[in-house]
This record gives sequence, structure tokens and C-alpha cells, in this order.
Amino acid sequence: MSSELEAVIGLEIHVQLSTRTKMFCGCELSFGDEPNVHTCPVCLAHPGVLPVPNEEAIRYALKIGMALECEIAPRSIFHRKNYFYPDNPKAYQISQYDIPLAVDGRLGDIRIHRAHLEEDAAKMIHVGDSGRIHGSGASLVDFNRGGTPLVEVVTEPDLRSAAEAAEWARLLRETVRQLDVSDVNMEEGSLRVDANVSVRPSGSEELGTKTELKNMNSFRFLERGVEAELQRQRELIEAGGTVEQETLHFDPSDGTLTSLRSKEEAHDYRYFPEPDLVPLAPTEEMLREARESLPELPAARIERYEEQMGLEAEPAKFLASDPGLGGYFEEACRVAGAEVGPGGGGVEPRVVANWITGDLTATLRQRGDEEDFADPTVSAEDLAALVLMVTEKKISHGSGKAVLAALVVEGGDPAAIVEREGLAQISDAGELESIVAAAVEANPEAAEQIKAGNQKAIGAIVGAVMKETKGRADGGEVNRLILEQLGD
Amino acid sequence: MSELLELTVAQAARGIANGEIAPDEYFEAWRMAAATDDLNAYLWRAEDGVGAEGPLAGVPVAVKDIFCTEGMPTTAGSRILEAYVPPYTSTAVRHLREAGAGVLGKTNMDEFAMGSSNENSAYGPVLNPWDRGRVPGGSSGGSAAVVAGGLAPCAIGTDTGGSIRQPASLCGIVGMKPTYGAISRYGMIAFASSLDQCGPLTRDVTDAALLLGAMEGRDPCDSTSVGIEGGVELPSREGLEGVRFAVPAELAHDAIEPGVRTVFEETLKTIERLGGEISEVPLPHAEHGISAYYVIAPAEASSNLARYDGVRYGMRVEGGGDLIEMYESTRAEGFGDEVKRRIMLGTYALSSGYYEAYYGRAQKVRTKIAADFDAAFAQFDFVVTPTSPSVAFKLGEKTDDPLAMYMNDFFTVPMPLAGIPAISIPAGLATPEGGGPRLPVGFQIAAPAFAEQRLLDAAYALEQGIGFDAKPGGDD
Ligand SMILES: [Zn+2]
Repeated sequence: MSSELEAVIGLEIHVQLSTRTKMFCGCELSFGDEPNVHTCPVCLAHPGVLPVPNEEAIRYALKIGMALECEIAPRSIFHRKNYFYPDNPKAYQISQYDIPLAVDGRLGDIRIHRAHLEEDAAKMIHVGDSGRIHGSGASLVDFNRGGTPLVEVVTEPDLRSAAEAAEWARLLRETVRQLDVSDVNMEEGSLRVDANVSVRPSGSEELGTKTELKNMNSFRFLERGVEAELQRQRELIEAGGTVEQETLHFDPSDGTLTSLRSKEEAHDYRYFPEPDLVPLAPTEEMLREARESLPELPAARIERYEEQMGLEAEPAKFLASDPGLGGYFEEACRVAGAEVGPGGGGVEPRVVANWITGDLTATLRQRGDEEDFADPTVSAEDLAALVLMVTEKKISHGSGKAVLAALVVEGGDPAAIVEREGLAQISDAGELESIVAAAVEANPEAAEQIKAGNQKAIGAIVGAVMKETKGRADGGEVNRLILEQLGD
Repeated sequence: MSELLELTVAQAARGIANGEIAPDEYFEAWRMAAATDDLNAYLWRAEDGVGAEGPLAGVPVAVKDIFCTEGMPTTAGSRILEAYVPPYTSTAVRHLREAGAGVLGKTNMDEFAMGSSNENSAYGPVLNPWDRGRVPGGSSGGSAAVVAGGLAPCAIGTDTGGSIRQPASLCGIVGMKPTYGAISRYGMIAFASSLDQCGPLTRDVTDAALLLGAMEGRDPCDSTSVGIEGGVELPSREGLEGVRFAVPAELAHDAIEPGVRTVFEETLKTIERLGGEISEVPLPHAEHGISAYYVIAPAEASSNLARYDGVRYGMRVEGGGDLIEMYESTRAEGFGDEVKRRIMLGTYALSSGYYEAYYGRAQKVRTKIAADFDAAFAQFDFVVTPTSPSVAFKLGEKTDDPLAMYMNDFFTVPMPLAGIPAISIPAGLATPEGGGPRLPVGFQIAAPAFAEQRLLDAAYALEQGIGFDAKPGGDD
């Protein structure tokens, strides 16, 4: 029955902007400094202070809004969100409410409801065992973080599984990273993800009662937390219960969900327009600058790789995830003259992609290397030369791998390595024929099985040929010759 | 020395500029005078003098205790900020200092500027120098009393719903609320952010212009500040030939004391004698000003005053030990009754489910009041009213009736709601209801936004025509 309950997930992502100074005062941003050294009367909320918006933060937020293909409001409004807590020195957070900076966008297949500017809270440190304010011996506040500019991105409830939610969150992180407006580091809290989770009967258009999962600090925890909550909701409903609206905390150490507050305990934030600020009206110059500064972003790149370069979804996503990697791939394609379709005659982009996503990545990873394609050990030119040699059957695929491994370790010219290691493919038909004949003879059992129709048995004879030729034979040709000699 | 105290600020500044008066001697004379305060008007007094450069060189200014002044206590008249010393100085005071002026002292006020009688100060009421049994008005009661009582040559205050103009009226001095945005609010402890505006309280209109000129200007620390284009010059207009004054048609308000009405009508005659024209103009929404004001101002205040939580500065009462108890005990002990009343009103008005009915609707009324003034100023140069419906009332007379107290703001509330400038000048004396020595009556002139220069010029001409020269304890 649980399969009939469809997951409905929306995400709320807080992105700390990497501006030089805070959202409403001149204090510098910092991470890991001594507590309370980046403070002033404004971000400590002394009597009489006033906020002044950070123009750089507005420019960053515009870039995010545009990268998410949102409409930018000509005049967006800051509101006060009122609540008491020691990490909130004014007792209100300046945020955007009914007229946010950006609305109605999309990233990949997921619609963006809104993206707005606000300020971060300070950091609380609870002394004592519980780690929470309740029951702690004392609580300390570090105001260094208080007032850091944030952009909150809210999606529509378009995500349909925990895995999809995590994968989409990765795409968002990569997109924001490439805008160069945030460190997007989940562990350090410069990217924070909350999830709104509900289930409903498949095919239903109505939304079920949602719960909110707070602050999962890795994509893995996000996926696990959402999965756990989906399971809880499904079991609850199957047992005849109903989901209560509440805010939950997921503990990744034991996989449990604990309620932070119920609907009844929800705050009344008493939002009203912030009278200390005028409406945020970006100038034409700011809009143009934001638009022109946008690089090609992962979502657009994935689409181009799939539609124009004929890549499958997975390699397209992988190669588009990092601008250095994408640039490397495209350069190798260019050098190799890779073209889509049979008309190209030569190598296809997807073959180049396979070499990068498969063998090269595996080799680098094996070596424990950072996969830094902006500064790779194997140049795009060398990789292109290698791929061409394999495609043109000058060397076998297996030899290609060996050359690549040598390139990763020592660099150099692929053709020279082929020469030095004697890897050039055996092109003399007579020579290969006699090696195959010898292998057939040496494996009579396999030969009998093949004759009896067991094609799988051919592997043993191919293996023997490859061993004899040190991999320099073309696998397809060896197959053909074995079957020919066995009278097929 | 005492003749130094007779001079207006403009006269003294001229004397200092041409070397006839030594700036420190002038400041010292006023420091000695301030030390005789028996009106409970000062909460703190300066120990020493001022700089000697600039157009206000040597001029002592009494500063309402709502302006943050680095190194000097700043309480906003509240127990919760007792002993609070701000780490920075407000822009208005900084501008005065840059012009050569010095802070003479910090003046008593209604707690967080909430009040019309100065009886809401945590540090006791200020007495009216004309009659010590009466209030000086509020909330800038201390600033009005020191100027009227000869304890300072000039002062600054803040006006949210009349807090400069009404005490100026009750103390027989000049008080001006400039256009919203003319002077920076940075460092001015917020009561109602969309209404609060700093302004001068002075002996005459010329001194008001002098202080306004020093304080106005766009401030990068206040996004809502714009300054006054072209600055402010000292007024010099003679007569009011061809100037069109309008009296609100709805003014037949039976709450105006007969004595106040008489002075008001005499002043209208003076305007006509000076060549001005008097007409009636409808301001149909102004009568809802009080209702709108007492929703908007408390709503903003409930948010502005939430920062006084005992965590970072000011008073802290631990209570039972947990966070919520600390918040509750601190605020219960730190705030006075009127402040608590308005925080509750404002919190209620902003609550979900009530927002539209109260805050939303009050904002609509506010827009209509502004439109009424726009329509009036399309036809007339100025709108005039009595500043206050009564002369100074007795201490304790209205403390048990908040609504009667709120009605004091009837004529002064519409202008901040519309964001426009207005000035109160002393127009004469009237016998209070119930008898007693005659007391000052203020005359209010309101002008379109940023028409401060025209307003000061007209007020100056009228001031010359009225020739008010009565003083507390004078020949009456
Ligand atoms: Zn700061």
C-alpha cells in the first residue's frame, strides 16, 4: 500500500552570501574568528541604530534570482519578522515577505517559488550537556555571524523522492557556486537546507499535511532525513493515523526524528513593512550587470550536452557539474574533431565523455587525486589524441587504458608511449590469425562448448589471445576470427 | 554674565563670530544656569565646554535624552536604560557639534517619547516653568522647559505625534517638526520609525532655522533621510502679503478651550493685518488621525522596543533563571505603564488575523490624510490650527484617563502621519479653565513636504507681527 502514497517535497535553502560586509552594517564577514570581534552598534541592535542595505548583497541576490530564471521585482519590500531569541538582537529579523526580490523561476525541472534577501541570526553556544538551550548551564552568543546576508530560495513542492531532493539540492549548490556569490559549504553552514515533506495518494492533486525538517547539514543527511520522514508518514497513514503539522529535527547519528515545535507552538511573527528601509528598487545598471555576469550554468550546460552533443543524462550531468570539467571535455572534443552522428565519421562526443567519466576519473580517483580538471595531469590535447588512436583502431581499448594510466603518472606524448611500450595494434591479419589458431588449439574444452552453442565460453579463448598479444589485438576482430576458425 | 543669557542663539553666535563674546564664557554661563534646574528638566548635565569653530561655535544645546551621545548616559526616560552609555553618537548631535555647538545636558522626557505631559518619565515629571503645578507637555517636556525656564538657550527634541510642538506650545516657545527625512534618525532612539523626526525647540523662529540648518542633511546611516534641498537660510520675510492660509473646516472642535480659541482667532486677525488671506479648507480625514496614530505608532513601537531584552545592555532582571523568565522580569520591571500599554496595543494590532483590520486600515487612513493635505496645498500655502486644544494642564489631571491624554495630540498628529513639516510659535496667553495665571498658547502652521524655508519665513513674519514677549514668572 505504501507504494500508492506519493512523496511531495519542497525545499527551502538558505545561502549565505560571500560579500565583504554584513547585510545592514559595515562589519566584515568572517568564519572561525574570535567570538564577537565583528560587531558594531548596528548588528548588536543598540538603541537608535538603523539598517543600511548592502548593495553588493543586492547584486549577488539579483544574480541568484536571474540564474534561477526568476522574475525580478521592480520594487521589493523588506519586512520585520518579530520574535524573541538571544541570537536575534533586534528581536526582529529583517526579511522579505509579500513582495520578495525574485519569484516564479525554475532550476532544471523544479519550479522556484521565490528567492529573497534577509539577514542571518547570531550563533548560540549552549554550555552544558544537552547542547540545547533548555537545560543548559549557560548560553553564550557570538554575534560575528549575526547580520550575514542570506538569500532564501524556496521551491514549489515539485520533488517526488528523497533522492531527487538531494540531487536537485546538489544542482542548486553547483549553480550558486558557479555564480561566485557564496562558499556554499554545508558543514560551515553557508548552505542550509530545510525540507517540507508530505505524502498523498498517487494521482491526487491535493497536498497532504506537511512537516518541516530543519537544517540538514549534508546532502546525504538530507536524503536520509527525508526518507525517514516519508517512511514515518506512510506508516502513520497506513496505520490509520494523520500527519500533524510540525517542525522536526533529524538526528543522523541514530536516524531519529524529534519534534521541535507543533503547529500550536508556531510563532506569530507579526510581519509588517520595515519602516527603516525604502523599497529595494534595482537600477537598470544593476540588472544589466547581473544579467551579463551570469556564466553558462549547469542546468543549461546539461541541456546542451544532451541535446547538441548527444550525451546520456548521467555523463551530461557529471561533466556539467563543474565548469573546469565541462571546459576540459569541450576542449578535448574540439581537438579530436568530435561530432555527433554518423556523418561525423570520426569520434563522437559521447565517446570522449566516456573516457573522461570512466577511465580518467577512475584513474585519478585511484591515485587519490583531486579531480581538478582546470589543471589536469593529462591535457585535453593528449586525451583527444589517445581517444582518436583508439577510435581509429591504432591501439586497442585495453592499450588505451594503459596509455592513459602512464599519462596520469608521468605525462608525455601518447603516441610516444604507444611506441615505447609496443602497444600498436597488430594490424597484420596473418599474424593475428595464427595466434588465434594457437589459442583455439590450447583450449579444446572451450572450443567444444562454443561449437555446442555456448557463446559465453568464447571469453576463455579471447583472454588467451589478449594475454599472448599483451592486449594489442582488437577484441572485435579476435571474436570474429575465433568463430570463423570454429567453422561458424 | 546674565546679559549673555538674554541673547538669542543667533545673537550670541554673531557675537562669538565677531569676537565680542568668548565661546567658553558663553557656554560656562549657560552651564551655571543649567545647574540651577529646579524643574527636574535635566537628567544629566555637562561638566565642561565645547569647541570654538563653526556657525554655532560655543552654543550649548540641551539634548532630549532620546539621542544617543557617546560617553554620556542616554536613558530615553526609561528605567530599562538606566546607566546605559551608548557607544556612538547620533547624527543630529554630531552635526550640531561639527557646527561648533556642545551638549549642555540631556533632558527629561516621557519614557520612550510616549506621552503628552512628561509624567511618563521613569525619572519623575518635569515641571512647567510658567506654573510648577502644571505639566510642560510631552514628550519633549524637558527640552521645552529648559528653554522656557532659562536653563538652556536652545534644545532639540523629537516629534512623533506632536512631541516637539505640543510642549513648545505649553511652554511658550518655538518648536518645529521638519519633514520626515529632513534630519537623520540615526542614533535617535526609535519610538515609531515611520513618524519620528528630530527638530529644534527655541526661543524664536530664527534660532529654529539656525539649528535646523545645522542638523538637516542626507545621512548614509539613515536610508530614509534625504535632507532639505538648498539647505536652510535664516528667515527675514516682512509681512504676509498674498500668503494664503487655510483653517480646517472641521476645526469647530468643542474640545478647544475658550481661551485657546480666542488667541487662535486673534492670531488669524494678525495674519490678515500682515496682508495674509484666511480661508477654510476641508480636511475630512484628519479627525481619524488620532485613531490611525494610536494603531501605527504602538505597532511600530512594539517591535522597536523588543530589543530591550536584558541580553546585551541595559537593565537585566534574572527572574527564576530561565530565558523566558529573564525576558519577562526585565521588561516587567524596566518599562512603565504607558509603554507597556502601547506595546500590548501594538502587538495586538500586528497579530495575524487582526493586521488588516487595524494596521492595514490605519495605513489607509494615513494615505487619505496625506491626500487631504495635498489637496489643501494645491490651493493654499499653509494650513493653520491651534497647536494644542488646551493650555498646560495640572500635574496628575489626565494621568488616569489615557484617552483624554491622547486627545491632546488631536491637532499635531495629522502632520507626522502625512510626513509634512509644522511649526508651533507662541501666539499669546490664555487663562486656563478653572482659573489661575495666564499661560501660553501655541499657533501651529503646517506646510507641504520640504517647504521648510517658506514655513520658517512665514512663521518669522507672523512672529514679528504677534510680538509675543511674555516670560514665565513675568508681569501677569
Ligand atoms: Zn555590525
